[in-house]
Amino acid sequence: MPSSAVRRLSALLPADRLLWQPEQLAAYQSDALTAYSALPLAIAMPETADEVIALVRACRADKIPFVARGSGTSLSGGSVPVAGGIVIALNRLNRILRLDPAQRLAVVEPGVINLAVTTAAAPHGLHYAPDPSSQPICTIGGNVAFNSGGAHCLKYGMTSNHVLGLRAVLATGEVVGFGGPSREQLGPDWCGLFTGNEGLFGIALEITLQLLPKAECFHTVLAGYRTLEQAGDAVSAIVASGLLPGAIEMMDALALEAATAAVHADYPPGCEAVLIVELEGPREVVAADRVRLDGILAASAPVEARPARNAAERLAIWKGRKSAFSAVGRLSPDFIVQDGVVPRRRLGEALRRIAAMTREAGLRCANVFHAGDGNLHPLILYNGRNPGELTRAEALAGRILKMCVAMGGSITGEHGVGLEKRDYLPDMFSADEIDCLQRIRAAFDPLGIANPGKMFPGGEAPAFVQHGLHPLEKAGVISRE
Amino acid sequence: MNATLTPTSVIELVDAVRATPRVLAVGARTKPRLSHVSPDVTLLSMRQLCGIIEYEPDEYTFTALAGTSLHALAAALAEKGQYLPFDPLLVAAGATLGGTVAAGLNGPGRFRFGGVRDFILGVRFVDGSGRLLRLGGKVVKNAAGFDLPKFFTGSLGRFGVLAELTFKVFPRAASTLTLRLPVAGSEAAVKLLTVAANTRWEPDALDLLPSGDAVVLRLAGPANALPTLAREILARFPGEILAADAAAAIWADLCEFRWTFPDGSLLKLALTPGELPALTAIVRALAGRLHISVGANVAYVSLPAGANPAALSLPALTLRGPGPLWHNPPPAPAISAAVKSALDPLNRFPALAD
Repeated sequence: MPSSAVRRLSALLPADRLLWQPEQLAAYQSDALTAYSALPLAIAMPETADEVIALVRACRADKIPFVARGSGTSLSGGSVPVAGGIVIALNRLNRILRLDPAQRLAVVEPGVINLAVTTAAAPHGLHYAPDPSSQPICTIGGNVAFNSGGAHCLKYGMTSNHVLGLRAVLATGEVVGFGGPSREQLGPDWCGLFTGNEGLFGIALEITLQLLPKAECFHTVLAGYRTLEQAGDAVSAIVASGLLPGAIEMMDALALEAATAAVHADYPPGCEAVLIVELEGPREVVAADRVRLDGILAASAPVEARPARNAAERLAIWKGRKSAFSAVGRLSPDFIVQDGVVPRRRLGEALRRIAAMTREAGLRCANVFHAGDGNLHPLILYNGRNPGELTRAEALAGRILKMCVAMGGSITGEHGVGLEKRDYLPDMFSADEIDCLQRIRAAFDPLGIANPGKMFPGGEAPAFVQHGLHPLEKAGVISRE
Repeated sequence: MNATLTPTSVIELVDAVRATPRVLAVGARTKPRLSHVSPDVTLLSMRQLCGIIEYEPDEYTFTALAGTSLHALAAALAEKGQYLPFDPLLVAAGATLGGTVAAGLNGPGRFRFGGVRDFILGVRFVDGSGRLLRLGGKVVKNAAGFDLPKFFTGSLGRFGVLAELTFKVFPRAASTLTLRLPVAGSEAAVKLLTVAANTRWEPDALDLLPSGDAVVLRLAGPANALPTLAREILARFPGEILAADAAAAIWADLCEFRWTFPDGSLLKLALTPGELPALTAIVRALAGRLHISVGANVAYVSLPAGANPAALSLPALTLRGPGPLWHNPPPAPAISAAVKSALDPLNRFPALAD
């Protein structure tokens, strides 16, 4: 029997779009942070913005917690359900409402897949710049809630830099319109405040995204280095040269080993690190810049620097990079992806300390990271079936985050705080600063019903038991980054 | 006349906020209408709170006190070949970094890489309870906590006093080339602006001159790459390549608002290219002038004394001149008052509408 709260919600949706049977709930009990899970009361599957608004208002009237969910790819546990609450699954709000090539924008519903925006824009020579590794499956609503990043953030910024306008239902039940179709705006930047709210303010119903012309030309180089330090020095030299590459990515030896095994990526042998650098722009600009880049790389003493000679070789380089996370999953039954940021010049030092801490913990850790913006993704390997190993892995993750803060960086570059890092928020912010954030949260959600238990320390923790890969990850559909 | 306090340190700034029931921070007052508030509000001059605290060229970041002049900042960045890509306005007039954030103003360079909101990383500010808080981060990428730094962009100092700001910067391109492309009428201008924005050329700036008869398109990149691009553009849109000094003068005149009525008003409007012709017609009917910037995403309008900006029929923010701060504002949602009260429970700062 459904609970009385669910029975009241059933007035809002047909029975086949309000799931409450235990076997139906199971598929929603976790997200890409597989170590946490919780069973909600029900899953609501609205098909229109009006249904979402009605659900939020009903939750408010009955003080039922709700968690908005797209594809459940959050790596910080952002879409893990709240026990006693409902999940509002937005996948059916998946319409691209407007594509305006002249104005270079798209208006989309929250359940639209990230990559679908670029696919729709491509015939007009446009693309949507933020490209998290989960882009074939993650949704724009989730990207907005967690201010997702990707491999091109140094030059193009994160999701918030591409959201021009929003229509949203707040946890107060108010429906608001922020921003608009212009790239400029008047008054406080409400879209900027809403983006990255981690589901604590309400639910975006319509999102206006800016599109950018697709770069005409790319020059992508894969360079292998004997040591991590050499690779780090090469990054510094590129940055100091005044070039502004679209992406500078790095993988360490364990990540290379995994990618080689998984997608038969071909890397120079004997390397402790591989760097991927990509220039992009009009062909005349790329032609001029590549002469400088090639010179810098040649001077950085690589084992080998290998430019992609055509589009297929470029895609192969990126395939190896983007598959690295799920590839590492093959090395270990379980792993935690971390998301710290350090000042770029301290990357080498950060990696040495991560290696030392990992040895002390008796674990293994692969590193894949956005070197251009100092965003580390240590992948801590563990086996959840070995008693105590998950706890050791979590402790190591915590030490890495504290190190990032101590170096002047951040506990999260692009995954958000969510459940996973909420206890580390006080490492970044003072009690007064957290109080300020909580007051803002209370302005949007006075009852504390929108995704409670995320971002802020304390609060009830969901079960901490999950083992193994996410089902979609096992199927090779998604990867973690 | 408003009373004015001039703190000389962040500690004094905090004390001044705590000691004053009604207060608003001001920079160089180059957008005077934004700080033209009722006489009971004490103005906090930020002019002594200036200086770069940290500048890490290798990290593409700096942190500076809010009263730092853009002129000093630009000079420090230029020494390392870097710049604020949104082309700050009123640099020669003495505008400050804090004032630029509070006003949310971007110059023509906003076209390519984004505006203040896209380059601000962190903020240290005094809230209405007199607490000195730091939100955002000091690294180029950070997703921890709500993005208050972005929210403060354009907030007109009504939600907190900005003390320190951390920004991302970019390397400046080795060279620029400006093309002047004549257009006959605003429909033709819209066409050129939208077409040029969707090409492989990657314009750095794309503005319609106040004269209304030419678009200026700036390219930025390696010196040996730009002439080829320029030739391709000129084959499609007849025009000329401007000499470097003439181009610099045009951009400086735009960035300093030298085209405006000295005694008239100056307003900012957010725009879409499709709205350009109607707005142009209204401004001409009011005997006003306008500068269309950022590929027709923003309009700066100057009206002669006596003309009513409400006739512009779009939301407008008054930067200079008499009359209301806002014209045709959209209705404020309830959340606006709730966030105001979260950051400023005692209403120490003026309301956004004042």
